[in-house]
Parts: sequence; structure tokens; C-alpha cells
Amino acid sequence: MSTESNEPREPREPDTTPADGAAAPETDAPEPGTTGSPAASTAPTASTAGDPPATGAERTDSPLTKARMSKGDKIDRLAQLTARRETSSGDSLWVAAFRRLRSSKMAIIGAVIIGVFVVLAIIGPWIAPYSPTAQSWRGEVFSNRGIFVGPRAENWLGLDNLGRDELSRLLVGARQTLLVGIVATLIGFVVGALIGGVSGAALALGGRVGQRIDAVVMRFIDMMLALPSLLLAVSIAAVMGQSLTTVMIAVGVVQIPIFARLLRGSMLAQANADYVLAARSLGVKRRRIVLAHVLPNSLGPVIVQTTLVLATAIIEAAALSFLGLGNLDAAQPEWGVMLAQSQRFFDQAPMLAVYPALGIIITALGFTLLGEAMREALDPKLRS
Amino acid sequence: MSLLSVDELAVTFTAKGRKDFQAVSGVSFSVDQGEVIGLVGESGCGKSVTSLALMGLLPSKGVRVGGRAEFDGTDLFGLRKSQLRDMRGTQLAMIFQDPLSSLNPVVPIGVQVTEILSRHRGLRGEKARKEAAHLLERVGIPDPTRRLKEYPHQLSGGMRQRALIAMAVACAPRLLIADEPTTALDVTIQAQILELLRELVDQEGTALLMITHDLGVVAGLCDRVNVLYAGKAVEVAERRELFASPMHPYAHGLLGSIPRLDSPRGQPLNPIRGSINDQIAWADGCAFAPRCDHYVMECLTGTPQLTEPAAAGHGVRCVNPVRDSSDLDVPHLEAPVMDTTGSEATTRHPGGEA
Amino acid sequence: MSLLELSDVKVHFPVRKGILFDRVVGHVQAVDGISLSVEAGQTYGLVGESGCGKTTLGRAILRLVDITDGEVVFDGTDLAQLPEEEMRRSRRRLQMVFQDPLGSLNPRQNIESILAEGMDAHGIGDTREERRERILKVLDRVGLPDHALGRYPHEFSGGQRQRIGIARALVLEPDVIICDEPVSALDVSIQAQVINLLEELQEQLGLTYVVIAHDLAVVRHISDVIGVMYLGSLVEEAPSDDLYASPRHPYTKALMSAVPVPDPEVEDTRERILLTGDLPSPSNPPAGCRFHTRCPWRQPTRCDTERPGLTDIGGGHKVACHFVNEIASGELAPTSALAPDMLGDSESPVDDPGGDSAGDSGEGEDAASGPASGAPGSGGKAAGTNA
Repeated sequence: MSTESNEPREPREPDTTPADGAAAPETDAPEPGTTGSPAASTAPTASTAGDPPATGAERTDSPLTKARMSKGDKIDRLAQLTARRETSSGDSLWVAAFRRLRSSKMAIIGAVIIGVFVVLAIIGPWIAPYSPTAQSWRGEVFSNRGIFVGPRAENWLGLDNLGRDELSRLLVGARQTLLVGIVATLIGFVVGALIGGVSGAALALGGRVGQRIDAVVMRFIDMMLALPSLLLAVSIAAVMGQSLTTVMIAVGVVQIPIFARLLRGSMLAQANADYVLAARSLGVKRRRIVLAHVLPNSLGPVIVQTTLVLATAIIEAAALSFLGLGNLDAAQPEWGVMLAQSQRFFDQAPMLAVYPALGIIITALGFTLLGEAMREALDPKLRS
Repeated sequence: MSLLSVDELAVTFTAKGRKDFQAVSGVSFSVDQGEVIGLVGESGCGKSVTSLALMGLLPSKGVRVGGRAEFDGTDLFGLRKSQLRDMRGTQLAMIFQDPLSSLNPVVPIGVQVTEILSRHRGLRGEKARKEAAHLLERVGIPDPTRRLKEYPHQLSGGMRQRALIAMAVACAPRLLIADEPTTALDVTIQAQILELLRELVDQEGTALLMITHDLGVVAGLCDRVNVLYAGKAVEVAERRELFASPMHPYAHGLLGSIPRLDSPRGQPLNPIRGSINDQIAWADGCAFAPRCDHYVMECLTGTPQLTEPAAAGHGVRCVNPVRDSSDLDVPHLEAPVMDTTGSEATTRHPGGEA
Repeated sequence: MSLLELSDVKVHFPVRKGILFDRVVGHVQAVDGISLSVEAGQTYGLVGESGCGKTTLGRAILRLVDITDGEVVFDGTDLAQLPEEEMRRSRRRLQMVFQDPLGSLNPRQNIESILAEGMDAHGIGDTREERRERILKVLDRVGLPDHALGRYPHEFSGGQRQRIGIARALVLEPDVIICDEPVSALDVSIQAQVINLLEELQEQLGLTYVVIAHDLAVVRHISDVIGVMYLGSLVEEAPSDDLYASPRHPYTKALMSAVPVPDPEVEDTRERILLTGDLPSPSNPPAGCRFHTRCPWRQPTRCDTERPGLTDIGGGHKVACHFVNEIASGELAPTSALAPDMLGDSESPVDDPGGDSAGDSGEGEDAASGPASGAPGSGGKAAGTNA
């Protein structure tokens, strides 16, 4: 920066500083802009302004010649001022969404809860201090007389009604519960997305025939939706008999219409987007339009739904177990079943119900938190 | 004493975890009775934020408003919320860009108009209905009694905007703020609405603050014009003066880049290079400098001030303003090659080749 | 033989009701009998207000909407009759640039993938490198840097996105590009950049454009021939300069007088014809001349019963108006008494009391009075000079 260019700027300094600094002195300053009173600040330009245009044009040369002389400086300075903070380049929306997710407290808490839960589900059987099925302390618990054993040094969470170690049962049960949630959600997701995807693709790009296909499929889905979900699950369970598989299928089937509707609606919205029209005008084949454009852009809400459904699936599976439709095999403790079995002793030993209930609630909360955070991260409107 | 005088308005958005963003800084103007003041600029120049700040419609959280705005002697920013609510509608009123989303879709037009009449003027029942019908007629809506029973979706775009104007003028406000009132409308409808606004100003003496990006609208309607760029007024002038001799390179460039219906064909336009993303902080110099064909070293050292180099009342925030059109025939200065992420292509600038 | 020739093209959208067994309850006549021809290397500008069917017509040329009737002859082939797969293939030569630069780019594709997609669909370029080379050439043409390849649409500014949209069309080396409102979503200072780019490309590559826009000034700047659309049909077509110098159709006159000019001297002195009312619904267009409900020169005979055809009045200037000569000679003048008269008359033929169609097109259905009708003392000015 040359001293020459610095000079005429000197008197302006007092005017600029308040504008950059605190807001309060700025408002009190005697409006330098509108009144134009600081004559010194206007000096470089005001001198030429009053003159007739002929001489004015002549004088305009001077700053420009000066400008040419210091061209290199100028460009350096401009480049320096416009140098951007390195914008992350080439980030796809998924990557950007993931970065937003990482900075969300909600997502982190949810992920930690889920992480702990998954780890427990995997290593539970190994870290369980005792066998979950061995009734080692049979002689200390008399449920019919209301004698239970609470937490103590050798059994941290006490014993259940049959004298089994509660902590071991909880740890081993985590795996079953997770399995039920994941399998049920997968059933709902896969079948629902398949139905919804076919239906949406047919309606969006299949012409009149597609509309018919969609109408028939969707009426079927509507019928499924019309049945109360628990009733549907109970009937499935009643037909298939009592087992963990039944619970998974029952809970999964209930989710099918939800996924189908969601994906179809999402695809329909995307099919009307301009970029789909643009792809058609490019001459892209229909199949590719559906697979490369419509589907990937429709998946966001479905993925969010998946995490939320995982939470409800665990709760619903517990509800079915509670109603006595779940797995009663004692070798396979499961939180829902444990909750169901503890109800008879709720008066004497409430903690036997509280432990599995808390487990279910916290896990569901984890999935819900993560789901909500993902909904926010994937929302295109919140894209920064 | 002017009706509204705004002095060094500054609006800063503060969000946790992000750098503060100064949307408006240093916008000053005044509006008199029966006068039309234009705020013109492109998206991101802060014109809409200015209007929302004046109406007190910015969220109170995460926004810092500085400067002063005096309406008829009262400090708008010092008012309590309830006082401001009373002023809105009776003294100040606003018309928005999108008439459909500004009207409640599930309530008939008539109810929406009478609601204002009962809130601010205490009119009820038949009296309010009559006055509402009169208002609709006043803004050129035919068959007003039937229209009062209709819902917003049953009206066309132009009719909706008229209905909104009717609601805005229901209590004879002294200042009307119109934020892009015709942008969503077709040109023939736009002409009708502009005519209506002109009438309101001429006949009722309403002061109008017109916010638009359309220099054509400004040319036909506004008395004085503030050209905004990146949150600051860069040029302030009476409308004839501005269009005859724009002095800020931005205003000059804008006028040169618009295809005019009445200009001879066959010449390439003279665009401003780059985009609004190519800017430097006002604290470091002139925000427009990276796009300017006219910048000198002084442009890159310290905030330029709004000065009055030419005729009285013609202010320009530029250290090297355009003095006459031949100025721009001087060989252009090379722009540095910048990282073009988020900016217009700067490797080529057709303006230089023209 | 022109490169692109449309004859009596109609696009009617059925309005359906019912769930399983739908029945057609009416038609939206978005495009209703348009004939025009576009010469190779020329720019044909289509101008009109929203709801006039200009976008639909543009899409009909590419058959992105079903053509109800008529011929779209491109280079000797009638596109309207082509089987689906052949139509898909012929889209290589007919490309489109869209209004919304962000919306028309798939947010999950990077620029390379966006530009490669068309080549993929038409089997252009054998290897990835070959395609990339071609993409880089096109990117350079539209003024984007090479490192744009791996970036995503949301990382660019509006003007750059539109350049990407143009590049996507260019990479297929089309003959015709249909530009649907190519600049209306952009800021004023960016519009000029894109307009200049389009003109440069046309010069270098000999492209033929159909430019669809509502902004008459933009269309006039870029086009050789302009067609003015109103309610699904052409009301006037003329060489660009000719149309500006002597607009003949009352609607064109009104449209031109309504376009704001950024010049106070012009704005203060020009003659302004204020049209009354809004566009009637295209599902229930007025009988006779479609413009008669808003026309300041409307005559008691013929206008509301007989639909005028587009007739050549010399020099390629075509007008669809029964009284074009009388209006031009000054024999017929817009009467100041017209405005209040019209209010009463125009309400009845287009009045759609149900209002059920209004929502379909987003357009109002009713004609209405001018802004001045309620104001004392200025009612006479509605159709006159506004000095």
C-alpha cells in the first residue's frame, strides 16, 4: 500500500471507526452520510464534482492513471480481501447432511444411547455375571408370599421371581429386543418400500396404466391402514402361534402401509420436480429416471421414518409380549416378556418392571432422538 | 420535519455458533407525506430486512437492530410491543410480495377486512361490512359485496393484491410500505396495481416506501431512490437525476445491463461481472469493488462514506464514481482471477469484451 | 422448409374427477391451435402472461406433455406421431433450458454426473475420459471452471446454476434449444450475463432458440421473431423490430405499454393502455376473440362471436384481430366510456360462478373493472393516455 493512496483517506478514519466498532457511538454520530458535513472526507471527489463535465473528464484520468500504476498492488489487495474461507468443495448432500448430523447434540445423544444398546446386545451374554436362565437362588425368593430379593453385592439388580439374576437377564435380553426391533423394521421397510416404490413409479411415469396399478395397490394399502395396528398384530400372532418370530412379523406387517404411503408420496412429489422434467427432456430412459433421480431424492423421509419405527417396533413388540403373544421360552429373556411377567408382582417388587421398562424407554428415546436429528439434517429447507 | 426518518439503520442477525451477519448497515432516508421513496436493489441487498425492521416484524431473538427510526416524532425502535401493534395498521401498513400467502386461506376476504376495521376503528356488524365493501370498491374490486364472501383462492392474483391493499389502507395509514408488491404479478396487472398505488399517494397524501428490484417500476413511481448494495445505500438521488446520471458504478452498471424495450436491438448487454457473492466486507473497503470496473486502491482500504459530490441531494458511496458515461469507455481494469466457488465466472467478463 | 414447424398444435389437459373410475369433467385448453415456424439459426420469442400456455407449448414441442392435436414437424419428421422410444432419441437434437436453475438440477448429482447423463442416454462418447473431455469443453464454453466437475448444484450461485443448465443442453450438441424463462429467476445484473452467453453460443454454434418469457424487453432483445400469446393462442407474430415499432393487436399494445422502462422521461410521457380485469380461465375461454373481454377496442359485432385467425398484414407481420386495419388507421379509437361499459358486459360471458376451475391454473376467472373505476374523476383515464 503506497503512502500516496493512504493520504486522502486519513481524515476519513474517525468516520469509519465508529461504523466498525460498537453500535452506540454510531447512532449518536452526526450523520456523516446524509449531511455530507465532513468536508475533508469528501475532498478527493468533491473537488472535481463541482466542475463542468469537460474538465471533470480530464481530472478523472488522474485516479485512473494512479490506479494503473498500482495495478499489481490493487489486485493483490482485492485477492487478499476476497479470499474465502475454504468452502468444503464437492460435498454431496449426504455428506453435508452427515456433517450437520455430527454437530447436532440430539443426534449425538441418540447415537450414544443406541451405541451402548447395540454393544450390550452383542456382548451381553459374555459379560452377564450369571446364567440368565439358571434359577440359582430359587430358595431365597418366594413370590407367592411376597418375599423378593433386591439389589445386593452378588446380584446388583436383585433377583426375579424365579430366583434368577435380573442383571444377567437384562443384558442377555437386550439382544432379543434389538433383534425384534430390527427385523420388524426391516420387514416393514423392505415390503413397504417395495410396494410404495412400485406404486409411486407407476403413477409418476407409467401413464394411464400406471395410474390404474397405483390405484389398486393403494386401495389395498388403505385397507391395511384401516385396521387398528395392534388388532392386526394380535390376529397375525393368533394365526401363527406364540413365538418371537410371530412378534417380529406382526410388528413388521403393521409398518408396511406406513412405509408404502410415505415412499409413494415422497416419490410423487419428486416426480413433479423440475429436474425430473429436465431428465426427460434430455432423453433419459424412464427406468433410469426412477432409479437415479426420483428414488434417491425420495429416500430422506423414509430413512428418518426407519429410525422412528425402530423405536415404536421395540415398544410394540414389548406390548405384544406383555399381552402374552411373545416368546415365553425362558431361555430367551426379552425385555417385553420380562415386563409382562413382572406385572403380577408389581406391588411387591416394582423394580422388576421398572428395569426392563426403563431399558425399552431409553432405547426408544435413543432411536427417536437420532431420527429427529436426521429429519432436521436431511431437510433441504435447512440447507445452509 | 419528515413523517419517517431513518438514520443509520443497522440490522444484524446473530445465531449461535455462526458468525454474525450484518444484513443492513448504514441505511438512512426520510419519507414525507405524499412522497414515494424507493429502496431498490437485488436479492440480498437488505431491502426487505429494512422494511421488516421498520414494521417491527423481525423476530426479537437473534436479531440486533441499531440506528434510529422516527415516525412523526416517535422512536419506532423504542416502542413497546403493544404500542407498535397499535401503530401498525393505523399509522404504518405493509403490503407483501405474495398476496396468496399473506391472506388467511380459510377465512373469507370480508372477515379479514372487517377484523381490521373492528380492531383499529371499532366498527362492528353491518357498519363494518359496509365499510369493507366500500374499501374493496376503493381499490378497484368490482362487485365488492359478493367478493367479501369469497375466499382468497377464489380471487385472481391481481384481485388478491388489491384486497391486501384494501386491508392495508383500511385505517388510512400515513405510511405504506410496499415490499415488491407487483413482483408476483403479470405486467398488465402490475400496471394496474402501480396505478392504484400512485392514486393513493396523490389523493390521500399517503407516504409510500416502495421496495423493489425493478428499476422500471422505480422510474415510473418513486420521487427519490435509494440504491442498496450489500446492506448499505450506495447511491441516493432524485429519480430523474439517478437515471440521467447514475454515479455509483453499481447503479450505472445495473442500468446498462437491463435490456430495455425501447433500446435499439443487436447490441450485447453490458453486464456487471460476478455475483453478489463476490464481495468484501464493508469494513475492509467497498463491497462492490470485486465486481467494479472502476475500483482504485482507495476502494480497498476502509469503508467508503455516502457523500454528495454533485447536485444537492445526490449522494453516492464511492471514492471513484462515474462522472459521465464516457468514463466507462476507459479500458477496463483486469479483475483478479478469484476462486469461483459460489461466484459468477470471473475468468470471462463479457463486460470487458463488449 | 423451416427447421421447426408447428401447425395447429393443441394441448388440452383433461380435468378428471373420481377415484377408481375417473371421468373427464372438462378440459383446460392450455394451448389451442398454434401454428408457427422457426427458421434454423433464428431465435423465436414467445411472450405472454402467466397462464397463456407458453410454457406448455414449449414442453409440447419436446413432447414432455401429450399433444392433443396438430403437428410438430422438426427437420421433416412429425414429432407428434413418433413412437415413445424414437421421440426419446430425437430429444438429443431438441434440448431445453429451464426457469428454475436450482430446481432443474438433481441436488444429489455432481456436475459431471449431470452433464454425463444425457450422453449416457444417447450413447455419446465411449469412454469416461472421452465424455469428460467433452464436458470440460462445454464447461469452458459456458464460462465455468474445470474444478466445477466434482461439485454439487447447491455450491453454485444462481447464475452459475443456469450456466450448468445450459451446459447440460449443449453437451448433446442439439440443433434447437427451448429456453423456458431462462433468466426470470436471476438477479438483474446476472440476467445480462446469461442473455449475452446465450447470444454468444448462438453465434458460435449456429443454434436455433425458442425463447419463452414473460418479460417483453428480454424477448425483444434476444429474438428475431416474436409471437405474442394470449389464452392459448397467438394473437400477433412479427419480426422483433417490427413488433416494437408498430404493435397491431390491442393486447400487444397494452402489454407493451405496461412494461416499465427504466427511464423516468419515458415513463412520464408514454401512452399507457391499462387493461381491465384478469385473464379468463383457460378451461372456459370466452367465445369469439379470446381477448374481447378485456379489449379496449372491442366492437359490438364479430368480436364476441367470431374467432379471428392469424392473418398476414404484410412483411411477415401477422395479427389475429378483426379490426386491425381500422384500429391502425385510427378509425376506431378506444373510447373513454369503454371502461365502465365493459365492467357490466364483460362480467357475464366469462363469469364462472362455481369458481371451481380457478384453482387449477392459479388464474382468476373473472373479468373486473379497472383500478380507476371506483375513483371519482379518473374513470375516464383507464384506457387513455396517462401523461
